[in-house]
Amino acid sequence: MKTNDVILQFTAKLVFFIIFLFSVHIFMAGHYTPGGGFVGGLLAASAIVLLILAFDLKTVQAGFPINYRIMTAIGLVLALGTAAFPMFDGKPFFTHYFDYFDLPFFGKTSLHTAMLFDAGVFLVVVGVTMTIIQSIGEDE
Amino acid sequence: MNLIVAIFLPILAAFFIPLLYKRVKSLHTGWFVLLVPLSLFLFYTTFVKQVANGETFTSTFHWVESLQLSFISYIDGLSLLFSLLITGIGSLVVLYSIFYLDKSKEQLHNFYVYLLLFMSAMLGVVQSDHVITLYLFWELTSISSFLLIAYWFNRDASRFGALKSMMITVFGGLLMLGGFVLLSMMGDTYSIRELIAQAPQLAEHEYFTWALILVLFGAFTKSAQGPFYIWLPDAMEAPTPVSAYLHSATMVKAGIYLVARFTPIFASSELWIWLVTATGLFTLVWCSFFALKQTDLKGILAFSTVSQLGLIMALLGAGSMSYHVDGAAETVFKYAAFAAIFHLINHATFKGSLFMIVGIVDHETGTRDIKKLGGLMSIMPISFTVAMIGSLSMAGVPLFNGFLSKEMFLTAMLSITEFGLFSFDTFGVLFPIIAWIASVFTFAYSLYFVTHTFMGTYKPDALPKKAHEAPIGMLISPIVLAALVIVIFFIPNIVATYFIKPAVLAIQPFLYSDVSQIDVHISAWHGFTTELWMTLGIFVVGGLAVMTLKKWQHFYNRVPAGFNMLYDAAINVSDTGMNRLSRLYMTGSNQTYLLYMFASFVVLVIGTLFTQGGFTMSWAHTAPIRFYDLVLIAVLVSGTLIALVTKSRLTSIIGLGVVGYSVAMFFVIFNAPDLALTQLVIETISVALFLLCFYHLPKNSRKENRMRFQVPRFIISVAVGATVTLVAIAAQSQKMMTSISEYYKETVYSLAGGGNIVNVILVDYRGFDTLFEIAVLAIAGLGIFAMIKLRIGDKGKEKKQLENK
Repeated sequence: MKTNDVILQFTAKLVFFIIFLFSVHIFMAGHYTPGGGFVGGLLAASAIVLLILAFDLKTVQAGFPINYRIMTAIGLVLALGTAAFPMFDGKPFFTHYFDYFDLPFFGKTSLHTAMLFDAGVFLVVVGVTMTIIQSIGEDE
Repeated sequence: MNLIVAIFLPILAAFFIPLLYKRVKSLHTGWFVLLVPLSLFLFYTTFVKQVANGETFTSTFHWVESLQLSFISYIDGLSLLFSLLITGIGSLVVLYSIFYLDKSKEQLHNFYVYLLLFMSAMLGVVQSDHVITLYLFWELTSISSFLLIAYWFNRDASRFGALKSMMITVFGGLLMLGGFVLLSMMGDTYSIRELIAQAPQLAEHEYFTWALILVLFGAFTKSAQGPFYIWLPDAMEAPTPVSAYLHSATMVKAGIYLVARFTPIFASSELWIWLVTATGLFTLVWCSFFALKQTDLKGILAFSTVSQLGLIMALLGAGSMSYHVDGAAETVFKYAAFAAIFHLINHATFKGSLFMIVGIVDHETGTRDIKKLGGLMSIMPISFTVAMIGSLSMAGVPLFNGFLSKEMFLTAMLSITEFGLFSFDTFGVLFPIIAWIASVFTFAYSLYFVTHTFMGTYKPDALPKKAHEAPIGMLISPIVLAALVIVIFFIPNIVATYFIKPAVLAIQPFLYSDVSQIDVHISAWHGFTTELWMTLGIFVVGGLAVMTLKKWQHFYNRVPAGFNMLYDAAINVSDTGMNRLSRLYMTGSNQTYLLYMFASFVVLVIGTLFTQGGFTMSWAHTAPIRFYDLVLIAVLVSGTLIALVTKSRLTSIIGLGVVGYSVAMFFVIFNAPDLALTQLVIETISVALFLLCFYHLPKNSRKENRMRFQVPRFIISVAVGATVTLVAIAAQSQKMMTSISEYYKETVYSLAGGGNIVNVILVDYRGFDTLFEIAVLAIAGLGIFAMIKLRIGDKGKEKKQLENK
């Protein structure tokens, strides 16, 4: 049975960007306002899941030719690397560095190594969620 | 170069080996590896002169300071001698392996990585002054030995031998760790030197005997002493360079090292002397006897190695007696420890060369079966000469170094009869007799080994390959060792000054305060002493035994397998027994496992809550119930009921979704936006996931009737709900400490530079948790991926098989 999903597909395309941008926003804002890498990652994954529901797995895979297992690995390495880096500086494991910087375009911005760690969390969450959904979805 | 760096140099080098193996195809990887032990050997030789004067060197690297864990490398006579053996023999073995292992057929990168791993581990064992790091390196040698024995892992015998050696040595290693822990508790230090310094106080301690026995377990399993010898013959499945290196020259001597190193602590004990001496002698005679039964050349050498290690062990035991004799430095007991170290060096030289010759014979004729071999003397003259030198040295014939240490061994054993303590005056007479019998067998198997391989008739038809002499590169290492066998015979006292005496000083620090006080002089000729007559007797009886071997060798078939049967039975029982035990409760059904989990959850939590008096109920801290709450609860309960009673899967998923979203709404009205957000997204994704999963379930069960009502499950589920509610009420009713949220509020900006406490907890305060959580998440994801992909693979295979039919 072939259903006509024109409305769903059109909306999904639009909404995908909104959700994805929201996930990036929530990830960035996480340190001061509600949000963070975990929720951000889940939101990003849910955006992709929405596309999968509207279209089908193959189309979405062609659109995002990403190996999510490698994404998971990169995330883990990023998180572990951020945590381990201070050891080379003679500081305990998991020391974070932060300060305010005057960046062009953004102005005075707070930069924090916790964000790198959180980016690792983000990648792992997206990677794992998509790995699970993809491998179950592919299973015929 | 720092001593710690030197220990880890092989492991560091090991990182580059696979790369070199993959990139440089034209050159054998072994040439690169050779540089490592060779440079380390040269490095350690620079210490010889200073250590011979009684100097010691230490180098410390703090690993985990709060646990007092550190790598302490301590170089004295004993550890330097072992380090030189490890790197010196290591260089020769690597050189030999270059010609032994074919670069196009073998997995060289695996081999050399394991070998380098072992080298670091072994250097760590002999140099560590810290008992815990000593234990770490000790187990690392077991692991690398396991990997090397199983190097040809597609052979059943290799895997069996590897597992057996691992089981036995790790079993002993764990017991030894117990001994170390006791020792460090008694002495309140992890340093071996500090423990030795307080040896008299330790001997008074109630744990002393336990520590002694546990440490000896480690030493005996590693050095294949007593009943634990059974792993070594099976370890001979390893490639011959490994057997020559690990299972004859270095790793099996770790137990000897351990006994030597801890002699100053334990030698005051009667039990120690009896255990070490008697176990050593038993192993010596038992394994020299069974060596004559073997028909595999490596089997003979394996039994011979075990028996020679027993000899060294017995000498160390006798050396401990010197602690109980006044003016011990003047008595004959001073010989024992000296002879032990001397024989250790000699054994490394002659046994190393013999193993390499066996490898050559195996390589060039295609078999190690002594029944098929014979008459190789004229075909392989160089190998024959080296084998002859090695065997005669092992047999204790003059002109070779084995003679000197064997004579000293007999002297030491004879002197035991003069030891008046611990009932040695009555039983002591047995020792020289056993030693003599063992020496007869040693002489016999040495000749058996060399004559049956190289003399007699040549049987070309029995050999898988046409025999010829080995390439010169393969012969270099055995020739070097054989040359040492002869050289040491002529200059034993120079060897003594530079290597033996500093090591003896480390074993018997209470007897001598300086190397110059050790006044043992090695000489080949002592006049017509008892030892000389014993040696002559050994030659005559041993020679006769070999000549008549064919007539009495069948007697061995009547001797039961003994300790091996015990091991097999133990492994078998634990295998099947454990299987049966786990089958009792592992039903393979997820529902059963959930029942176990929930039932034990209820019992444990409720039990603890009420036996510890943790349950109180007070409504003082609770918020008032509002209208919204009631509505949400109604929605939540109806969602749950829908999920329970519905017949359609889709409806039950939606029911579950309703439950999840209403919980999220609770987070909203209780001012937890982070939680609410996360819960909402998770709920959305899990509903999508459920839909995906259910879509793939078998079609016929899609209209399945809902499950029967089962009373036990109902009771457990109600109990779980009640438990959680009770715990929540109890937790809310009592505030024993001030909430940690105040601390977070104060420090979130000043210490962590953030504003959102929830997220700062995740990435900073409790970042460790998050790190492990995402690791677990990744593992779970990969697990699901692997399970699903594996299933598809199996299906594909089945299809193919069907098509083939």
